[in-house]
Amino acid sequence: MTSSAVVHDSVEKLSDVVIRFAGDSGDGMQLTGTQFTNTSAVLGNDLSTLPDFPAEIRAPAGTLPGVSAFQVRIADYDIHTPGDAPNVLVAMNPAALKTNIADLEVGGILIVNSNEFNKRNLTKAYYTENPLTNGSLEGYRLFEVELTKLTRAALDEMGLGNRDRDRCKNLFALGMIYWMFSRPLDNTEAWLAKKFASKPEIIEANLRAMKAGWNYCDITGAFQTSRYEVVAAPLPAGTYRNINGNSALALGLVTASRRSGLPLFLGSYPITPASSVLHELARYKHYGVTTFQAEDEIAAVCAAVGASFGGSLAITTTSGPGLALKSEAINLALITELPLVVIDVQRAGPSTGMPTKTEQTDLLQAMFGRNGESPMPVIAPSSPGDCFSVAIEACRMAIQYMVPVLLLSDGYLANGSEPWRLPEVEDLPDLRLEHHGDAEDFQPYRRNPETLARNWAVPGTPGLEHRIGGLEKQDVTGSVSYDPDNHQHMTRLRAEKVERIARTIPPLEVDGDSGGRLLVLGWGSTAGAITGAVNLARKEGVKVSRAHLRHLNPLPSNLGDVLASFEQVLLPEINTGQLAMILRARFLKDIITLSKVQGKPFMRGEILAKIHQLTGASEG
Amino acid sequence: MADQATLTRKDFQSDQDVRWCPGCGDYAILKAVQEVFPSLGIPREKFVVVSGIGCSSRFPYYMNSYGFHTIHGRAPAVATGLKTTRSDLEVWVVTGDGDALSIGGNHLIHALRRNVGLKVLLFNNRIYGLTKGQYSPTSEVGKRTSSSPYGSLDAPFNPLSLALGAGATFVARTVDIYQKHLIEVLHRAAQHRGTAFIEIYQNCNIFNDGAFSYMTDKSQRQEQGIYLQHGQPVIFGGEEKRGIRMKDMRCEVVTLGDGFSEEDCLVWDETNPAMAMLMAQMLPPDYPTPLGVLRAVDRPVFEEQVVAQIQAEIKSKGDGTLEELLHAGDVWTVD
Repeated sequence: MTSSAVVHDSVEKLSDVVIRFAGDSGDGMQLTGTQFTNTSAVLGNDLSTLPDFPAEIRAPAGTLPGVSAFQVRIADYDIHTPGDAPNVLVAMNPAALKTNIADLEVGGILIVNSNEFNKRNLTKAYYTENPLTNGSLEGYRLFEVELTKLTRAALDEMGLGNRDRDRCKNLFALGMIYWMFSRPLDNTEAWLAKKFASKPEIIEANLRAMKAGWNYCDITGAFQTSRYEVVAAPLPAGTYRNINGNSALALGLVTASRRSGLPLFLGSYPITPASSVLHELARYKHYGVTTFQAEDEIAAVCAAVGASFGGSLAITTTSGPGLALKSEAINLALITELPLVVIDVQRAGPSTGMPTKTEQTDLLQAMFGRNGESPMPVIAPSSPGDCFSVAIEACRMAIQYMVPVLLLSDGYLANGSEPWRLPEVEDLPDLRLEHHGDAEDFQPYRRNPETLARNWAVPGTPGLEHRIGGLEKQDVTGSVSYDPDNHQHMTRLRAEKVERIARTIPPLEVDGDSGGRLLVLGWGSTAGAITGAVNLARKEGVKVSRAHLRHLNPLPSNLGDVLASFEQVLLPEINTGQLAMILRARFLKDIITLSKVQGKPFMRGEILAKIHQLTGASEG
Repeated sequence: MADQATLTRKDFQSDQDVRWCPGCGDYAILKAVQEVFPSLGIPREKFVVVSGIGCSSRFPYYMNSYGFHTIHGRAPAVATGLKTTRSDLEVWVVTGDGDALSIGGNHLIHALRRNVGLKVLLFNNRIYGLTKGQYSPTSEVGKRTSSSPYGSLDAPFNPLSLALGAGATFVARTVDIYQKHLIEVLHRAAQHRGTAFIEIYQNCNIFNDGAFSYMTDKSQRQEQGIYLQHGQPVIFGGEEKRGIRMKDMRCEVVTLGDGFSEEDCLVWDETNPAMAMLMAQMLPPDYPTPLGVLRAVDRPVFEEQVVAQIQAEIKSKGDGTLEELLHAGDVWTVD
């Protein structure tokens, strides 16, 4: 918590605060965090969120695997990460305390639901003694609140059973945090009214619980010195909405469809953490979007390939295990030179791995995980909002170059959210395109001399009847060919087509000096943590530059020069050094890897420590 | 470009040399399809032939229509994506017993349950041809092949039962060399709305020659085949007429005149699912082989429903604009 000034006698003004809500999977912590986030967004804070939930839908109540948490950071300035250590932790039961307390900053605010700290729940969380009474929490500002009892009492007159009343505990906690951070209740009130429009009793119960939580803090002496305010951040002028990465992908895909004039088709099979792209696009039927929930990952991509053959803007969404299953069909799109966007929302592997945890470990699979020589463009968004424009860029490359494109998002971007400034529609890329229609001297593999893209001639067009398929084709005519020279030619041509995309992508921009001692390079979702760490280092007077790759294949044409301009290049990755391997091979430049493979994003502090080590700067 | 009214078989012949083994049953099927397509009154550019991998799957290269030779087993999935987004097209899937029932079994049953408007021609030769003669999922138990030198232990699939079990709305069986019957069945399939599944017995004269000769030999055609006709009694045989009657919930072969008459026989009903399943399970040597249409019923068609849902949403919400899309939900303005 960065303190700015004391505003008046009881409200302390903060610049920046990190709050984590933690409870049982059934306690509604994701909802609580989302409500706090949305209210803060409307108040104009900059913010960043980190939901963290188990793969099990409802692990046994009160157990450690059942803990679900939502971290949100709000600030009065431009921030890039959801924060390293929470300043405030709300723990709804002993298991939530146990799994989260190590992260809470020393001296941080800890609110616990003391009613849940009974023998049974303590045992489930493997506590041999009660942490509330054994002195182990002395380093924190502990508020023991009888949350269950108080919530039940607040709903006494409503005639609800305890089970129903206990469902409102999270709104009591939310009311408390709203009071503590001087937030109004009206945003959540409006949301409840809309969400439960047909269930007035539920609206009433939740409202009463939230107001009771607010009032409890207002009248309880202990809280009077713990009231804070975080004012709006000076964000660039514009209209904003809070957005997570998967929603931004969905919006970007619909936008690309509208801007290209091609109908959107999504073939998908549900998989964590990609499913919500399917859910969201399934709601956009009035934008002419067709979503197809296939029988498996392979059918999902194959249906997309079929739709692409038919002239649609075809997408398939998945995560790592699904990408493995799709590889043969992606190669079919590659050899038939049909446009396709494959979105991999990466998660922790190998195999099933840790489905709800984030990783950047599919880069090499994206680059090389197919049979034969099969280069394809790879692109990665750097923030939840950036998923929007990266989705559009992926579609652009696919349809302008007639190639399958791989978009690598990850669980952290998918579920994390930030304020996103809405673009002006007229500023969005113009992707208008017409399918080939000229039957005069038609050849299916005749190419645009600039892009090398072949003709996209779709069934139903008179005079353009032709056959495509997975067998090697003679260039121009598209006839099946086993000619050795033709195969070499086509192999080179498919690579050249991808390389030529580099002509249309911007050069890599370096933030800071364009050469010198240290460059921190990144790709994908590490952008926020890297930016935060570099900014902290610069405040300490350390000279360090920063650059972030969006296009991973082809790479920006000036990358070699950028790398050569620095003595040291540090590359933090949520893998064991996959991009570093590619860059070393490509540029013969030593790359220093900072690796983290824990299912969690980097914290700024971790990257800052490495910067200190490399520059010889002192800690802290 | 040929006028649709004057399309002929030649218009559907491509310039590629046909490379199936001489004597392969595939030639006869290609000829029949090239006969049927121009007779349907549909412009050539509306036809798409989609295939997987195997001998049969070379089919699209020999058809002068749009064609897509996809990957092993996945033709129904590719065709589903195409037909769902392009309901104006006539999408025909050509597949084999290995392609459709082994590696692609999942996609076949799901296309059938969804009732996508595809015509699926399954060339069943009960062997893997292109990979040189391993047993297939329709090979008989005990079959000796390069991969089963001591006899195959796998119980075979019955393709018709499988299709019926998956909810197919049109199921038929015919034979490569029964050109007239084959063309009749293809015509029926062409008229069907929803997935039409046709098993075509096809002789692989290299690796499994004579697999169907027990019934296709001239002397056996009447004795071993039943040619089903909707509304007609199920009768077969040459000089001695025989029929199928129901007894104890089973089919029984009876000889007519021998205390039985046509009235005792089943009257074939393409819409009766139980009869279709019983008929599909009549296997030699105990029973003659049923040919023709086993099932033909109407059920909502997948792609038509997909389009209807989109149209209904556009009607109720209006054709969405990008401004609306981007500004949806809680937005706020920073000045």
